[in-house]
Amino acid sequence: MSHESTYQPKPGLERWMDDRLPIVRMGADFLAMPTPRNLNYFYTFGGILTFCLIVQLVTGIVLAMHYKPSAAEAFASVEHIMRDVNWGWLLRYTHAVGASMFFIAVYIHIARGMYYGSYKQPREILWILGVLIFLLMMATAFMGYTLVWGQMSFWGVTVITNLFSAIPFVGESIVQWLWGNFAVADSTLNRFFALHYLLPFAILGCVGLHIWALHVTGSNNPQGVEVKSGSDTLPFHPYYTVKDMFALAVFCIVFAWFVFQVPNYLGHTDNYNQANPLSTPAHIVPEWYFLPFYAILRAIPDKLGGVIAMFGSIAILFFLPWLDRSRIKSAKYRPMYKWFFWLFAFVVCCLGYLGAKPAEGIYVTLSQLCTAYYFAHFLIILPFLGIIEKPGNVPVSITESVLGKDGAGGTPDGAAAAPETR
Amino acid sequence: MTNTLLMRTVAHKGARMTFGSLKGVAVATALTMALATSSAHAAGGGVTVEAQDWSFSGVTGHFDKAQLQRGFQVYKEVCSSCHGLKFLHWRNLGETGGPGFSEAEVKALAAAAEVQDGPDDEGEMFDRPGLPSDSMGSPFANDAAARASNNGALPPDLSLIAKARGVTRPGLPIAPLNWLRDIISGDETGGADYLYGLLTGYPENPPEGFVLSEGMNYNTVYEGHQIAMAAPLSDDAVEYSDGTPQTLQQHAKDVTAFLMWAAEPKLEERKSLGIRVMLYLLILSALLYLTKRSLWSRLKH
Repeated sequence: MSHESTYQPKPGLERWMDDRLPIVRMGADFLAMPTPRNLNYFYTFGGILTFCLIVQLVTGIVLAMHYKPSAAEAFASVEHIMRDVNWGWLLRYTHAVGASMFFIAVYIHIARGMYYGSYKQPREILWILGVLIFLLMMATAFMGYTLVWGQMSFWGVTVITNLFSAIPFVGESIVQWLWGNFAVADSTLNRFFALHYLLPFAILGCVGLHIWALHVTGSNNPQGVEVKSGSDTLPFHPYYTVKDMFALAVFCIVFAWFVFQVPNYLGHTDNYNQANPLSTPAHIVPEWYFLPFYAILRAIPDKLGGVIAMFGSIAILFFLPWLDRSRIKSAKYRPMYKWFFWLFAFVVCCLGYLGAKPAEGIYVTLSQLCTAYYFAHFLIILPFLGIIEKPGNVPVSITESVLGKDGAGGTPDGAAAAPETR
Repeated sequence: MTNTLLMRTVAHKGARMTFGSLKGVAVATALTMALATSSAHAAGGGVTVEAQDWSFSGVTGHFDKAQLQRGFQVYKEVCSSCHGLKFLHWRNLGETGGPGFSEAEVKALAAAAEVQDGPDDEGEMFDRPGLPSDSMGSPFANDAAARASNNGALPPDLSLIAKARGVTRPGLPIAPLNWLRDIISGDETGGADYLYGLLTGYPENPPEGFVLSEGMNYNTVYEGHQIAMAAPLSDDAVEYSDGTPQTLQQHAKDVTAFLMWAAEPKLEERKSLGIRVMLYLLILSALLYLTKRSLWSRLKH
């Protein structure tokens, strides 16, 4: 952690331990992290996402104890979990709904980063790690959906793995290598299970780096002004631990509503039919969180072009810190970007809607328009906006923006100083 | 009495109109379809069926034991000659949250089924009476045998059918409003509405001009309107011992409720635990909010 250590070990065991493995110091400094005092509730999603990851890991590990990764037994073993394993229905529904909740939270988290310019200097690596986590999440969720071995699982994985065949010369070989067969089969399910168990730990590692990078640069904030003095910050604990916990509890209400009331709402009915390689469903749709990217894939009439556009739409996020030329971070003080941000968010939602529609008629045209706009946002709008936009009045400091000019001028009153001594 | 209200019939009518009005109707239909099916991804089906009242709908959803028992009777006397319930075991019939048969009844029901077991010490397979721990299985040895006795059609296993089918609820003009309505109402009865619509959706004659293939039956709900299964239920198809009216509608409702339980046997447990979890979380949130407010009240912000 890069911020100054405020931990003072008590003499005796604590001092002895601190000289050998300063793990208590690490935890203490983690909690004491000076955090901008003006964070709003959109900044609670980092903690919420950590919670989601832990929920997926815990439920997933227990589910793996009862699940059988074989084409012949997978579907029946899921029903075994639902019907015969103690609390199996709760574990499975929590895991399935949990994936959706994870993506809801990550989309809000990403949107927050885009709105307040959290990817800008000095947080480029923090952002890139985040995009990497997002990519790993998508891979993990995709493979996890396969494991159910229902109709949508089977045909979804058939469609998506087939995309790799668009790669010139080696495409066919790559697809067969992925499948371990000449079609999606038992071998595919088996290796997807192994990877679905492995990747969450890769995510866990990246989350560790993500948080480390956060502690080096410190958190961005809604004003987009860097921390300048002690009065700009509060110790993370107890101010943000309690705020995060409250937000998490509210998030859990939504989570629990889905688990207990409409656990299958975000899934597809056809996935309660066992996978049948001989019968193709009329409409193959991926899980809702993939729909915008699925729409981009289908918008391009050429197969290879579609694949490039789909992966490009995620890859472009890695370059966001350098595509946005504006030096102002927060959209609050960017009168034009603010509108373009909401337009972009709207277009992504439209893409999601179009991804669920059959690829025909007006839907194709609309998908193409939205796809064009998606890329234009990054490649045309963001670079030029930085040049032509006239920024608003950025406050001098966080303290000034919270307490007004008077508060910033005088010494911080007791309230702000108190936490340091607690 | 037809309980089905099919969006698709709108399109059929449109096709019979004059060319002039055809375009307008087509555009209107396309629009209606687009708006009404906006939640098709979640619901999974393309048909719009009239919603029924189900005891298992909503936040306080639960099963009516007597109805499940009648539904099981309908399944046993009618459906089970072609359809299996392979993910159910006889013992499930006696478990809480289900039809609630007594242990003796479950044993008797299981014993009535003949099960192949083995091999024995001589290496021979043998038949024995069923046990509560046996699967309720399928009436056919395998899919090929099932097709052979059903004119080439495969009667699907019914263990999950109530969750594997869906309908599109008639929609509000903006898709997210539909989603919110379906989520907040705790409604997961689309599959049940579909099954009820299908079982009661056999008109005496197909609409004029509809060409049925050999051996097929017209159904208002089934995709493409041609279904291999002949109308399975009718008035007085099953004799109830508790005095419930023996109408087609009642039979259809009872067996649908039974199939919903078969697909989601933990529904009651889930919904009732859900209410308690929700209360816990609401109180926790309120307490955390108060804690947060009191901590932050020391600060100017």
